[in-house]
Amino acid sequence: MMRVAHGHPEIACATERTDLRARAGLREAKDAMATVMFGAAVVVVAVPLALVVWALIERGAHVAFESFPAFFTQEIPVVSRRPGPGMGPAILGTLLVTGGGTLIAVPLGILGAVYLNEYGGVSRFARAVRFTAMVMTGVPSIVMGLFVYIGWTVHFGFSAFGGALALACLMVPVVIGSTEQMLRLVPEALREAAYALGATKSRVIVTVVLPAALPGIVSGSLLAVARAAGETAPLLFAVGAATSFNIDFLGGANTALPVQIFDNATSVFVGAQDRAWGAAFTLVLVTFLVTLGARFFALRSALQR
Amino acid sequence: MATAFAGRPAPADHAFRWIAIGSAAIVLVVLGLIAAVMTARSIPALRAMGFEFFVSRRWSPANNVYGALPFMWGTLYTSLIAIAIAGPVSVGVALFITEVAPRWMTRPLVHVIDLLAVVPSVVFGLWGILVLAPTLGRCVLTAGLILGMMVTPIITSLAREVIETTPAAEKEAAFALGATRWEMIWGAVWPHSKSGLVGAVMLGLGRAMGETIAVALTIGSAIGQISINPLKSGNSMPAAIANQWGEAFDLQKSALIALAVLLFAITIAVNLAATAIVLRSRKRSSR
Repeated sequence: MMRVAHGHPEIACATERTDLRARAGLREAKDAMATVMFGAAVVVVAVPLALVVWALIERGAHVAFESFPAFFTQEIPVVSRRPGPGMGPAILGTLLVTGGGTLIAVPLGILGAVYLNEYGGVSRFARAVRFTAMVMTGVPSIVMGLFVYIGWTVHFGFSAFGGALALACLMVPVVIGSTEQMLRLVPEALREAAYALGATKSRVIVTVVLPAALPGIVSGSLLAVARAAGETAPLLFAVGAATSFNIDFLGGANTALPVQIFDNATSVFVGAQDRAWGAAFTLVLVTFLVTLGARFFALRSALQR
Repeated sequence: MATAFAGRPAPADHAFRWIAIGSAAIVLVVLGLIAAVMTARSIPALRAMGFEFFVSRRWSPANNVYGALPFMWGTLYTSLIAIAIAGPVSVGVALFITEVAPRWMTRPLVHVIDLLAVVPSVVFGLWGILVLAPTLGRCVLTAGLILGMMVTPIITSLAREVIETTPAAEKEAAFALGATRWEMIWGAVWPHSKSGLVGAVMLGLGRAMGETIAVALTIGSAIGQISINPLKSGNSMPAAIANQWGEAFDLQKSALIALAVLLFAITIAVNLAATAIVLRSRKRSSR
């Protein structure tokens, strides 16, 4: 705030950088070149990404819908050389692992954010939690995978629950961050009105603050779910590599779409590679749908920053 | 309800507060546990190898020799390739979205970028190994290119947020002086956004260094190889963990955990530096 008194260093910079008296033709040529460069950057990004999407549709959608609905319902061939469907167990596994992770992470994340915004404020403990959550969002997911392996899988064996734990570790800090942002947008007047009616603090939070922020919280949580559903590294060591359906959340080897893509991608057999493409198409479809859901809730949010 | 007027908070109120505190505390507990458990399990390998772990290029589980240097090199090399490409390109796209594109194009472009940011890394890896690798080979360059594609949407959306905070008055001032669009960007947007953009690129770097699966699929998983040639196969810290953990025993497991601890420390350092830079630039721009 003190710096305003010294004037704007940026504007001073601008006059040193650019000589507006230079020849008009040269200046316009530079401007046109810059515009072309920005356009070129868009092309450089768009072309490879379009190629990825094209490969997914051309090779993946073909495999996934060729013998509809076999790809989504049949078990994974035990012999990976064999061509043909399916990915059923991996789809179920992804639902179990991601769903489990969500059930663990979202309530914890929301409650943590409630603490930060409604109770903690700028206290030392709250600042420490905020800092730690920020650090945790940067921790590579493979580290979470190893951690869950050492802390859980070694003792209790493979299970969808282990994968859910690893994903929850990744999701909690993300949910805390996005939820706290939404809670901060809830107008203070709403809280005060509720207090004036005699409500207790917990009641104000549960019946006024959280409902007001709900669409935004749901949106942020769905984004976290979409990212978690695509994670492979945390599941590698915790979930196992089953090829048949395993509905048991707590016990026995399971599998998931990302893990199957990873395993089948390195196969030399075309049949396995095809299944990898089909699984990739399915996974991208799921994450896109969840992301669009997040956008839908974001649009419904009445809170504006 | 009447309890709200009493001196003491209601029991339910009290309980709710403690539940919230407990939930917040879990973050501290988990990160603390990760650091403690992983460090403890890495000690056998670090004790056996000593300082050699960080400087030796020999990785031979059969002889119980573990040097992390080739993996550190691979992580650094692939991430730098990724950032060298994704950094300038992302800033270019962000400038296109904020300053060049007509209004009706901005929102769809932003949505597409956000959508691309959630494409799972394993999908990029699959494309890399089955489409890109047949022509380029499984090598450091392929891994770097795939990483670059992955982090571009992330850096672009951060860069756009930074650029958008440029005060309209400064941009209009530049135009009022007769500046062309490029001169406005160079004179008003760039000085304002420079440090924020550096932070955005560094956050992308942190992401690239920690990426496991896309690299594991495309880098070629060489053992103990350090080469400046990007067309040679290599290996990275997270990729080595993913590929070797299944067959690893005792000391090798400990060595892989030591790799994870090293990766953990490096990415946290990069992310903290990046966040500090972004926060500082944001604080300045909000004045």
